[in-house]
Amino acid sequence: MKHIYNYTYHFLFLFLLLVSTPALGQRVEATDKIELDSDGLPAIPPVSVQKTTKIFDYAHLLQAEEKQQLQHRVGEYFDKTSTQIVIATVDKVNDDISLYATEWAHKWGIGQKNKGNGVFILISKGDRKVTIRSGYGVEPMLTDALSRRIIEEKMIPYFKRGNYYKGLDEAITAIQQVLAGEFKNDLKNQDEGIPFWVILLIIFIVIILISSFGKGGHGGGGWHSSGGGPIIFSGSGRSSWGSGGGFGGGSFGGGFGGGSFGGGGFGGGGATGGW
Amino acid sequence: MKKTFGILGAIIIVGLILYKFFVGFYNTGITYQEDAKTAWSKVESAYQRRYDLIPNLVSTVKGYAEHEKSTLEAVIKARASATQVKIDPSNITPEQMAKFQQAQQGLGGALGRLLVSVEKYPELKADKNFLELQSQLEGTENRIKIERDRFNEAVNVFNKHIKRFPGNMLAGMFGFKEMARFQADKGAEKAPNVDFTK
Repeated sequence: MKHIYNYTYHFLFLFLLLVSTPALGQRVEATDKIELDSDGLPAIPPVSVQKTTKIFDYAHLLQAEEKQQLQHRVGEYFDKTSTQIVIATVDKVNDDISLYATEWAHKWGIGQKNKGNGVFILISKGDRKVTIRSGYGVEPMLTDALSRRIIEEKMIPYFKRGNYYKGLDEAITAIQQVLAGEFKNDLKNQDEGIPFWVILLIIFIVIILISSFGKGGHGGGGWHSSGGGPIIFSGSGRSSWGSGGGFGGGSFGGGFGGGSFGGGGFGGGGATGGW
Repeated sequence: MKKTFGILGAIIIVGLILYKFFVGFYNTGITYQEDAKTAWSKVESAYQRRYDLIPNLVSTVKGYAEHEKSTLEAVIKARASATQVKIDPSNITPEQMAKFQQAQQGLGGALGRLLVSVEKYPELKADKNFLELQSQLEGTENRIKIERDRFNEAVNVFNKHIKRFPGNMLAGMFGFKEMARFQADKGAEKAPNVDFTK
């Protein structure tokens, strides 16, 4: 009976480790420096960062509070629609910014794979240019002409005055209006399925139980003490899986992470403008 | 008795291994080929998008720029001849590809000249409809570039699969033929490069 307890504690410990990883990634907030891969594009951020950050302010155009607020908005929007809006700022792009941003968004896989519902906004401070890139699934609604209009009417006027936050905030509002009602978040249904490793754990525990029954004869109490195992696991399993929300805490306060990138594709749709 | 069993066993094992290899090579080849075909269909739809924009663009420009008749006609003509070049995605030969690219370049050139001539008409340039068409046209050119690149990548994967040893010995047997790629338009090759402050 004792060794069952031991196992339970071991798993519990492992569990806490697993659960706490997103929080660690959040504290590091590896957004100050950008790592480029061999293809010249920014490396895909680790899942823990993806789940907690959608605003990659490499050029430091936003205050911490502003960033948090934008993060909250796109995270909340994700929870409702599974649509991912990602914003990045850089100092300079020595290339066609439209193409570069398309490749960037495509590589990161913003949006869900089957829906293509990703939107990527890239600001280049040095070039004084901003581009909106729409994923394959967003293109029919957020057309190039509409993106252009959002840039010119909602963003540029504020950017000219150096108010990047307001411009981005307005742009998010406009994009959400354009996409209203198009996408629903049905990811939760998938998440509710028990992850494979939880099943493995349960099998493992059952095996231990059976073998201990074999040794110890009819130990009626065994059911109670070890019964806690699977319950703890499935309980915390769900919360760690819960679409990236919930574990806000720390530096992000609100906790609307917005889920990890789902592999959405980008094919060059969108518009670019300068100020 | 024992010996024949041994030989038989060896033959069966070798046969199985070969069979596995053949099947693997063939199925992977088919997958890559299908990926390339999918990439091609995206290339085509990007070009189709450009075709679809042209009538609207022509009629908008016509309203403002009476004198650009010949430029407009050139665009219409180039569009007509470009739509006539059809490509069989299951067998993209270099000749077909060259023809296709030439036709598309002709259309691109005619469009470019039209956009230059438009500079003379400030009223047209301020027209809302024209501005939206222009941004759509820009988006379309981007899509074409992106989808062409991705098609080339997909073709690369397939071609490598069928040209490397030992697959190259089987490729003919399965009817896998090298696929043609887009050649770079002159002056179009540029490596992406970004500056980030530290």
